[in-house]
Amino acid sequence: MNTLQLAVADGMTIAKRNALKIRRAPDLLGGVVMLPIVFVLLFTYIFGSMINLPGMSYGEYLLPGIFVMTIVTSGQITGYTLTQDLQKGIFDRFRTLPMSPSAVLTGQTVSDVIMNLTSMTTMALVGLVVGWRIHTSPFEAALGFLMLMVFAYAFSWVTATVALALRTPEAFNNVATILSFPLTFLSNAFVDSARLPGPLKPIAEWNPVSTLVQAARELFGNVSPAMPAPTAWPLQHAVPVSFAWSVVLLVVFVPLATRLYKRAVSR
Amino acid sequence: MPDAIVAEGLAKRYGDVVALDGMDLSVPAGTVFGLLGPNGAGKTTTVRILTTLLKPDAGRATVAGFDVVRDAGRLRGHIGASGQYAAVDDHLTGAENLEMVGRLYHLGVKRSRQRARELLERFDLTEAADRPVQGYSGGMRRRLDLAGALVANPPVLFLDEPTTGLDPRARASLWDVISELVAEGTTVLLTTQYMEEADRLADRIAVVDHGHVIALGTADELKDQVGGDRIELSVTSAADLETATRTLAPLAVGDLQSDATTLQVTIPVAGGAAALTKALGHLAAERITVRDAGLRRPTLDDVFLTLTGHQADEKTKETVR
Repeated sequence: MNTLQLAVADGMTIAKRNALKIRRAPDLLGGVVMLPIVFVLLFTYIFGSMINLPGMSYGEYLLPGIFVMTIVTSGQITGYTLTQDLQKGIFDRFRTLPMSPSAVLTGQTVSDVIMNLTSMTTMALVGLVVGWRIHTSPFEAALGFLMLMVFAYAFSWVTATVALALRTPEAFNNVATILSFPLTFLSNAFVDSARLPGPLKPIAEWNPVSTLVQAARELFGNVSPAMPAPTAWPLQHAVPVSFAWSVVLLVVFVPLATRLYKRAVSR
Repeated sequence: MPDAIVAEGLAKRYGDVVALDGMDLSVPAGTVFGLLGPNGAGKTTTVRILTTLLKPDAGRATVAGFDVVRDAGRLRGHIGASGQYAAVDDHLTGAENLEMVGRLYHLGVKRSRQRARELLERFDLTEAADRPVQGYSGGMRRRLDLAGALVANPPVLFLDEPTTGLDPRARASLWDVISELVAEGTTVLLTTQYMEEADRLADRIAVVDHGHVIALGTADELKDQVGGDRIELSVTSAADLETATRTLAPLAVGDLQSDATTLQVTIPVAGGAAALTKALGHLAAERITVRDAGLRRPTLDDVFLTLTGHQADEKTKETVR
């Protein structure tokens, strides 16, 4: 086997390990399956019953936002697992093996894809039960899910970077919670970002979460012609900009996480 | 016999803390070498360098003929390492843990599975093989971790404090396993802060303090450096202690120590058991009640105390990792 084949094989071995861990750990499984269900039901019934939108139900408007919010939240599992492994010395064992050094991070992020697929499927199914519908062609819908998964993969590398910089599960959890709330709420996930006051408006409009939510709404057809079209540039070109964001995150955070991993383990 | 492990002048510092300061080692193939020292002496840092986890600031080292820095990649196929923090996955079963290691050694699916079962059997873990490691006892975890280090049958094995924190029975069972491995020809470098462990397992022992070797030899050679036999006896009153000290002084071949709080006298002697009989005879003639008496060979604890001026298990410093 050549180096690349070895790296892929080792990455798969690590991914399998992480997938087994998530399946056996009730706390992680809760984050992957239960939390998305709770999100969909809570937001749909609490806010959906209070808020009316012209030409569409708030529930339908909301679900793409919940998809993206869940990506941001479950990305934290990546970081949490990494910091736990760092503390337990398991990486030392890995590093004395003749395995590909990149496999730890690729394996981790690949298993996150499996995890994200699980939570995305759960949310979509629960969403369909409570009245969410896809109004576009199967191709556009598939592109929508693909786009969300690609972004989720890229976002795993962001949380991995933060985790490797902070190193302990406690520090990571604190920072991740503090960052993820503004990231998801200062966006168009729950409200129309164009109607936010003062400086919050441009921040929300240029937040990548907003772009992704807008793109998902377009690809699933969860938009109403009766509502004003977005005026901010990234929201006007939401689908290509979403993919571009994923590429940018990967280009920046893959090397950064790799470097921090090397630094974190060689102490 | 060629040396399986050679280290010359290894140095490593973490900021202001000097972890290693000119560490020299040579371990002949097929022998057990004990690195003995307190926490923070540099044992773990040495093992981390020799197992390619850490690059030294200065010096060089080869293991199984491979340079630990230049040939790190190839070396990893020839070593096994088991640490003081059992590196096993709680949520995976014992079998899954070992199979994963086999896959990462690139043994292939079938061979990995087969090797995992062999090792589980050997380490008496067959019954627990398909249970998540979460429910394992401390001793079982260590055995599984050691099994993980043996998956690829490495010729050189590093054991970093393999029995720290284990109860005496688990410790004894791990010692048996290690002895078996050595009988099969594996070279072992073992770090420990337990004298008993080094005494029991190691062919040669290096006493380490402040990042370098301060004494080297077999357990017996090290004990001889401290001196020969000694009589230890305790009496029942302070007056008896004084009489005993005076009476036995002519027998001593070195400094006689008497401790007023424990009512104990320690007398370095020559002539072994005959000296003890003689001493007890003198004391009987003085009508002194002896509560306890014995002839003692120096332990490695004495060696350590003599060489470093502090006890080996003194936990004054944080472990430097």
